[in-house]
Amino acid sequence: MGGAKATLPLIVGAIPFGIIFGTLAEPSGLSVIGALAMSIIVFAGASQFIVLGLLAAGAALPIIIATTFVVNLRHILYAANLVPKVRHLPQRWRILMAFGLTDETFAAVSSRYLQQDDIRNAHWFYLGSFCAMYGNWVLCTAIGVALGELFPDMTQWGLDFAMSVTFIGMVVPYLKNKPMWACVIVAAAMAIATAGMPHKLGLLLAALSGIAVGLSFQMMLARQSKQDNKNNKDL
Amino acid sequence: MNEALLIAGMFIVTFSVRYVLFAVAGRVHFPAWLSTGLGFVPPAVLTAIIMPAVLMPQGQLWVSPTNPWLLASLIAVITAFIRKDLLTTIVVGMLAFSLFRFGFGL
Repeated sequence: MGGAKATLPLIVGAIPFGIIFGTLAEPSGLSVIGALAMSIIVFAGASQFIVLGLLAAGAALPIIIATTFVVNLRHILYAANLVPKVRHLPQRWRILMAFGLTDETFAAVSSRYLQQDDIRNAHWFYLGSFCAMYGNWVLCTAIGVALGELFPDMTQWGLDFAMSVTFIGMVVPYLKNKPMWACVIVAAAMAIATAGMPHKLGLLLAALSGIAVGLSFQMMLARQSKQDNKNNKDL
Repeated sequence: MNEALLIAGMFIVTFSVRYVLFAVAGRVHFPAWLSTGLGFVPPAVLTAIIMPAVLMPQGQLWVSPTNPWLLASLIAVITAFIRKDLLTTIVVGMLAFSLFRFGFGL
């Protein structure tokens, strides 16, 4: 229960996205059952949105799966953080917790782990957070699907812009150093330059270019500061 | 598009990414370059999604002060820099978009 309570503010933020995902599903070419099944089985907000965009653009299946993979790669960072907290748990608990690993639950449980050292019952807290997020996501998808049926012209209301604006709000906080700026600028320019590529391959190419440039930049800076330190010591 | 295949494929890649480290629980360590590189994944992917949606909302490049997607995005970027709060950015961005699109009929 504590976990559900701690996740509540984040859930409020997830409600509009669940609903918008539901309303956009059919116009993008995903059936009602498909939309519900995706929320129940895949349970990954950002990538579900992106897949709608790819479906609407007629992207091929392998491209969609590869894009989902790249978009969800960030979860491996969350998992790496949580490994010390799940090591003592049986495998079936870890499977359940992995399935429920979202941006929101990670944020909620991280602050719980920071506040309390005792992790013996932390997996119940995690479960509470996960169940609240999951129930909310599936319910909001269903509401969205129903609203989409009732108001077919809802797609003309510009709700698709909600996704762009959400992602803008997620990207800006990353822009704290030069390598991040380089990464985002390259990804942006490449996304426009490659927009005409078949199967929406441009998205993957643009993302990979951004990552490569950001990473090279960062490693160059690290090497430089190492050398500076060495020079300072020699003096 | 076969939806069952689509959902199964998405489930497999998503769940694998979330589970692989829990499964081995700390017996592997990422080399430094890999964990640094992963840190660039979210902004790069999200930017690559945003750009065409905002600059080519109707299929062709549309860089103009009459493009409501572009205008509202600029306002959202400024809002996000001022207030680091996601919900504020979303609300302000959506209000700006509705105003440009339906208020001014752009």
